[in-house]
Amino acid sequence: MNNRGFFTLFAKEVWRFLKVWVQTILAPVVTVFLYLLVFASVLSDNIEVYKGVGYSEFLIPGLIMMAVLQNAFANSSSSLFQAKQNGSIIFILLSPVSSMEFYLAYVLASIVRGICVGIGVWIVTWIFTILSVYNLMMITGFAVLGSGILGSLGLIASIWADKWDHISAFQNFVILPLSFLSGVFFSIESLPPFWSKVSYFNPFFYLIDGFRFGFLGTSEISPYFSLMIGSIFFLFVSALCIGMLKSGYKLRD
Amino acid sequence: MSPAVNISKINKKYGNLHALRDINFSIEKNSYFGLLGPNGAGKSTLINIMAGLVIPTSGAIEIMGYNVSSMWRKARMSVGIVPQELVYDSFFTVREMLRLQSGYFGYGSENYPWIDQLIESLRLTEKSGENLQRLSGGMKRRVLIAQALVHKPRVIVLDEPTAGVDVELRQVLWDLTRELHGEGHTILLTTHYIEEAEALCQKIAILNKGRLVAMDTTKDLLKRYPYRFFTIKFSEDVSTRIEALPESVKKLVVSCKEKQLTLKLHRERDRIGGVLEALISAGTYIVDMQTDEPGLEEVFRTLTGEHSNE
Repeated sequence: MNNRGFFTLFAKEVWRFLKVWVQTILAPVVTVFLYLLVFASVLSDNIEVYKGVGYSEFLIPGLIMMAVLQNAFANSSSSLFQAKQNGSIIFILLSPVSSMEFYLAYVLASIVRGICVGIGVWIVTWIFTILSVYNLMMITGFAVLGSGILGSLGLIASIWADKWDHISAFQNFVILPLSFLSGVFFSIESLPPFWSKVSYFNPFFYLIDGFRFGFLGTSEISPYFSLMIGSIFFLFVSALCIGMLKSGYKLRD
Repeated sequence: MSPAVNISKINKKYGNLHALRDINFSIEKNSYFGLLGPNGAGKSTLINIMAGLVIPTSGAIEIMGYNVSSMWRKARMSVGIVPQELVYDSFFTVREMLRLQSGYFGYGSENYPWIDQLIESLRLTEKSGENLQRLSGGMKRRVLIAQALVHKPRVIVLDEPTAGVDVELRQVLWDLTRELHGEGHTILLTTHYIEEAEALCQKIAILNKGRLVAMDTTKDLLKRYPYRFFTIKFSEDVSTRIEALPESVKKLVVSCKEKQLTLKLHRERDRIGGVLEALISAGTYIVDMQTDEPGLEEVFRTLTGEHSNE
């Protein structure tokens, strides 16, 4: 095991996004602030998703988790794809860093970015409502699991992609619909029966529902079941990603 | 003593294209080795297989006794590759990038003095705090060289390092590689500048269309070209009288400029004495003459089929 190699790659990935923190941390926080400004202000008096829980309190955990997921994906996908495009990926491919170390370094950096953005968003939401924390372990667990999954998906997308268009397609046609149709803005029970059933096949739903449980202490399904589904999905995407890295798919000819 | 690089039966196919065919050769430790070939000959593919960037269809490569596939960590620790393309990570400065690269190879702050030494040797001191994006092409090339040397590899591979660089950098590079060679490193150089290979390399392999067409010491390779050039200066313009020269001389002419005639003589078949006698009998008056030995350029052209009259 090349511990130093792994740690250097991880540190470089964190350093990279911190160097452009306005774009990687501040911008997503501002985006979520605008979502909140519009949705929470307009809808807070009219919608009650769970009994005794205001719409802002329902919405905020979902928005935090959505920001965590999207930024974890953006971190690994943009970093690796940029390195692939400009050729600087060879500096890592030439070094004695294994596929597993490569994978862990990128995914851990994505988790760090996801959590940084999540904390930023959480702080901004204090302007609207200060949410009490019901179970910090659940909040942390789902944030780490979710950003780990999206970090892995970001790696898969960037390995597979041949041009920025492909990354954008993955983001717009896979990540965005899965995050919007996962119960961030509404309870999936309020959807028509068919779409409600479809939502149960969306792994993002379990991540957001479980994360929300950490704040509200109530959820649509058991948080432990969500944790199990999330873990299985994480294992699946990790295995797929490590397999792609080991085979050299689109990285080594 | 095991070789620094051992290449055995390497084949690489891209669909129907057979990029490398049964490449077999080894590079001795502490040698300065040249790999030549025209564009598309397979040089970069072979280097990329050594680097682990390309997976061969069949065959194996060992670097310092380590198989690049099964003992890849040790093999990668043993080799430093200077890529042909000017690639860089636009987020970091020169010093940051070198420290990161050193970290990928498992080194920490104990390697910083060596990084400082590299920065100085490659005359990058003034630019060490500069973002890589802001550097000129030549400076970027120096950084790539420093990156390849950051882990003190025993084998250094330079894939056309002097392509498009200025005279100063070429000299810096030559001095540095000579120094590294002197310290016991094995150098593998691919270049388009044949005179560069002739000046630096002890042994040369020539690839053409994916095949190894020659491998020998530079000295012996030069002997393979059986011709030499014979230039004669006359007292008067011979370019107008070339048709009047004896047939035995006319067939050897490669160029004729006013009073100067250059002939290509086969070392065994064409005698200088016979040529001079024929010219004198034809009524010419010779004022000066000289013979020139062929360079690697001619050998290269002959072996890669670029010569039309061989």
